[in-house]
Amino acid sequence: MSTGIVLQFAQTLLAVLLAPLLMGWVNQCRAWLQGRSAPPITQPYRTLRKLFHKDAVIAHNASPLFRFAPYMIFACMALAAGIVPTIANDLPFSPAADVIALVGIFALARVFLALAAMDIGTSFGSLGARREMLVAFLAEPALLMVFFTASLISHSTELPVIVTALAHRDFAIYPSLAFAGVAFWMVSVAENARIPVDNPATHLELTMIHEAMILEYSARHLALIEWAVALKLFTYSALGIALFMPWGIAVQGSFAALPLALLAMLAKLLLGGALLAFIEAISAKVRLFRVPEFLGTAFLLAVLGMLIHFLLEV
Amino acid sequence: MALSYHLQFVNLLAAMLLLISFAMLSQRRIAGLITLFAWQGAALAASAALVAWATDQHHLYYSAALTLALKVVAMPWFFHRTVKKLDVRRDVEPLINIPATMLIGIVLVIFAFNLALPISEFSGTIMRSTLGIALACVLLGFLMMITRRKAIPQVIGFLAIENSLFFAATSATYGMPLVVELGVALDVMVGVIVLGIFFFQIREAFDSLDLKHMEKLKER
Repeated sequence: MSTGIVLQFAQTLLAVLLAPLLMGWVNQCRAWLQGRSAPPITQPYRTLRKLFHKDAVIAHNASPLFRFAPYMIFACMALAAGIVPTIANDLPFSPAADVIALVGIFALARVFLALAAMDIGTSFGSLGARREMLVAFLAEPALLMVFFTASLISHSTELPVIVTALAHRDFAIYPSLAFAGVAFWMVSVAENARIPVDNPATHLELTMIHEAMILEYSARHLALIEWAVALKLFTYSALGIALFMPWGIAVQGSFAALPLALLAMLAKLLLGGALLAFIEAISAKVRLFRVPEFLGTAFLLAVLGMLIHFLLEV
Repeated sequence: MALSYHLQFVNLLAAMLLLISFAMLSQRRIAGLITLFAWQGAALAASAALVAWATDQHHLYYSAALTLALKVVAMPWFFHRTVKKLDVRRDVEPLINIPATMLIGIVLVIFAFNLALPISEFSGTIMRSTLGIALACVLLGFLMMITRRKAIPQVIGFLAIENSLFFAATSATYGMPLVVELGVALDVMVGVIVLGIFFFQIREAFDSLDLKHMEKLKER
């Protein structure tokens, strides 16, 4: 049990520390693909350090919620990162929440971010919050459907059981997971505010969603939110790995498999980040009114995956 | 489920066929539609070749080769050329908006899966469970023909139906005899060429490829 707790701490700490690195890698790949000279891969860490050293400026009419929200958002993301298995499976913390509760944790963070955005009362803030809620209420059912497809295969909504069912049993091709995988990619693009739903590189553009919400934040609050955003990307990547290519995640209590698991995770993250940057480089941002169609397609694909599961795999 | 790997792969290809059918329904551009049609043919050829390899049905190799030659190379090339000549690169205009079409598509898929379930019990092939997918693809092709206004998407919808009928035949009975399949393939090829000529004639007569104009009778 105590080794489990140590592993749990190590894994969560690793996720929190590695998350900006993944962000830096994606940004670097994107810069290369766009023919720009890339910022160093450690750039997100430098940004965070710079922001933590600054003095915070807060609007006069800000309520306590505005100061509290960044800590809440960061805590939610750290909690989520602790639940999703990245290097070791079946840790003591993972029974705390199954995939449905995980969706709830993401929703909690989002609600606080939207409330904080509306708190100051600037037009950009409430505009961003409304758009974020529009995207979120379409993305969430699709995400749940993806999880249900994976749960139907492994007969459980607990992530460790799903990973065990997919990774450590005999290898089998699940056509339903192919559908769920495409749907999951679309949902995670929308949830992480990447192209084609939102552009993470914009500041002060009328089309922005996520950036509009955090315009009023500065210094340590902004740093926490930026870190939480990186952590969210990391957690979604880890979720994608756990659901669709879980090979290499160590079984419970085997220390010998850990170095290999760490290497496998790094390799998968490098590959996933490069793929994300590549897809971002070749696609254009869609209009906001096309986003419901984009996410509706994700939902339909996830439903199709479930139907295919009933037809082919039962 | 203890299915052999090639059979699992056939199932995956069947799922790909369904995915491509949905992608065709959601596609707005004619060029993208043609590319998707080529991909559908490729998935079809791969599945036919795989079934042939798994069950030692040699005539299916010829079918796969024919599919590859006609539906992946020849027809998409012909369509791309026609589109370039007709200069119709604009968006496909659906009668019903695309999300609604997709919802109808989901309902059709559920209907087809339920319909095919008792039928596939009678079949003795190894891949009988994919019959539902084939039937769903047929219905989605119909849906595409119904909801599109322009001539080229309608013809591609027709060809998608033909593709899925071929897949249905492979999954239910390991395909039709080679003579029949050759005949069907040539028929489709001739049909496409004739329709290609029709495209030009329709445009000559009505100045557009919108088939709505053909509903009115003209007396001259």
